[in-house]
Amino acid sequence: MFYREAGQYKKTYSADMAVFPILQDRIGIGLILLAAAVIVPIFGSNFFISTVMIPFLVFSLAAMGLNIVTGYTGLISLGTGAFMGVGAFACYKLTTYFPQVNIIIWILASGVFSAAIGALFGLPSLRIKGFYLAVATLAAQFFLEWCFVRVPWLFNYNASGAIEVPQRTLFGVAITGANATPTMRYLVLLGIVVLMTWIASNILHGRIGRTFMAVRDMDIAAELMGIRLLPAKLTAFAMSSFYCGVAGACMMFLWYGGGEASDAFNINQSFNILFMVIIGGLGSLIGCFFGAALLNIVPIILKFGLPAMGLPLAGATAEHINHLFVGSLIIFFLIVEPHGLARLWQITKQKLRTWPFPY
Amino acid sequence: MDLLFKIFIDPFLQMGAMPDLLVQTLWEGLVSGVLYALIALGFVLIFKASGVFNFAQGIMVVFAGLTLVGLHEKGVPAWLAVLLTLGVMLALAVAVERVVLRPLVNQPDIILFMATFGLTYVLIGIGEFIFGGEPKQMITDELGLPRGAIDVAMLGGRVTFQKIDIAAAVIASVMIAALAVFFQYTRIGRALRAVADSHKAALSVGISLNQIWAIVWFAAGIVALITGIMWGARSDVSFALQTIALKALPVLILGGFTSIPGAIVGGLIIGIGEKLAEFYWGPLVGGGIENWIAYVIALGFLMVRPQGLFGDKIIERI
Repeated sequence: MFYREAGQYKKTYSADMAVFPILQDRIGIGLILLAAAVIVPIFGSNFFISTVMIPFLVFSLAAMGLNIVTGYTGLISLGTGAFMGVGAFACYKLTTYFPQVNIIIWILASGVFSAAIGALFGLPSLRIKGFYLAVATLAAQFFLEWCFVRVPWLFNYNASGAIEVPQRTLFGVAITGANATPTMRYLVLLGIVVLMTWIASNILHGRIGRTFMAVRDMDIAAELMGIRLLPAKLTAFAMSSFYCGVAGACMMFLWYGGGEASDAFNINQSFNILFMVIIGGLGSLIGCFFGAALLNIVPIILKFGLPAMGLPLAGATAEHINHLFVGSLIIFFLIVEPHGLARLWQITKQKLRTWPFPY
Repeated sequence: MDLLFKIFIDPFLQMGAMPDLLVQTLWEGLVSGVLYALIALGFVLIFKASGVFNFAQGIMVVFAGLTLVGLHEKGVPAWLAVLLTLGVMLALAVAVERVVLRPLVNQPDIILFMATFGLTYVLIGIGEFIFGGEPKQMITDELGLPRGAIDVAMLGGRVTFQKIDIAAAVIASVMIAALAVFFQYTRIGRALRAVADSHKAALSVGISLNQIWAIVWFAAGIVALITGIMWGARSDVSFALQTIALKALPVLILGGFTSIPGAIVGGLIIGIGEKLAEFYWGPLVGGGIENWIAYVIALGFLMVRPQGLFGDKIIERI
């Protein structure tokens, strides 16, 4: 009744092509942004911001990266974790060499290094397809993981072999390091994610995005239509790795605040992000957020929510139940809606439009 | 120049200087290759018949091993424990077919792949819940598996063969032969091959897909049990073992997803290549290259043959 486009006339071509053609959608997205930028920092507790919101945003960004290559271009990649790691290490090296440059610039710039590595490991995609490619990208995952441990130059030869996040400021306020408040880190992260989502949305709705989708739907047909596969696939890998790299840098600098790369960027992380993409919905930007929210919040509820409700669970048992539950959840969602939460969201919107009438 | 010498000449000089060490390395590579081939075999069986890339094979190995050991700890005699474990694997196969595969018929491959991933998590959860997380000792003696080692003097040195490794190689060969006979000569085997060729054609001549899938998953379960016993005898039975599934993936792409001989040849190439590379070239870069060298070898082969060594030729039509 309230959510419909009746009376909203599109008078220009660009109004017709808008990402949010309906006024209610534009109001809705504005409200969400307002809530994220104002209400959460003011009313959210430190615990909520640092265990729920910050991981959610980091994973959304990483899922967006994987979705570009897997959802939009149809190339399955299992190297996400490693590409995130490249971003984190690039950011670490850059900020040690040039400490006077603002850390936000380095977080964004670290994506460039990750993109270069991603394009390099994307080269086999021209010849190898499907699951063969998926396993081939595992080569990137394991090789880079090995580099993170064995090349001491990457972690500045420190004894722990971990990234040590230095303190960096923005306008005199600490945003990384031990003194940065969760709220500050959250706001910086939110800015980065909103900016990157906006850019991704524009790229994917434009010529490049259409090229990706043509390649996904059938690469030989796309080639016959005059799309050059090599640049298209490599752009997809590079862009995807750029997003993953920035997500990795954000993860280390704005969430973990330092730590061992082999834990944060291992193969399980790659699979975890692939889950988010699949459950959220392949080839959908909003799906990345849904997927990240679901897979991020479920373990937290199991870990902190159940004991709070009076179901005392020991650490190990909670871990087992977590495995069991996440696994069942994945199977359940795949059976109920193989196209992910994004499709459910679309169906809901369609129902809302016609409500209270059946059609 | 020095580096080139170290990469291209020095390792071969070492091989020539100490042939007994070379034989030892080759043997170890051979044994791990056979064991990789066993896991890859489980993958291939399921992929051929249902087109599902079954990531859960690794955890099925652990699950089968844990069930066997767990039953024996409860006081069940070894032979009965083996039978009961087979029963559990059969129940698992039927359950997977009914709960996971049947509702997902005709979905894209990646969705089915993800479903097996969910299955992996579920099995980890159940396994940890029932058997606990700590590693267990495989019941080698009760199963009549030999232990100890044979030292053979050859090529001016001594080469050690673990008896369990020899047993593993023999059992694996027997099982592969049995599977080949089963596929070639039995009624169910023919049905399996028909399903592998074309689901629709198989359905139209009256083969029940549901039944075939349950059988295939059960066959993969048997392979998993044998793999579990063999790997468990070499180390412990623990959840860390499930990462061997990741080791089997390069074997799989090297041999081709659809080929049983491919799984075996691929396993041997990867196993031997990995051990040789680790032993002779590993020290140049600080060791630990075992984790990724297999993928690089497989990637090299794939660049030449994108469908793997023995995989079906990929035909693309518009």
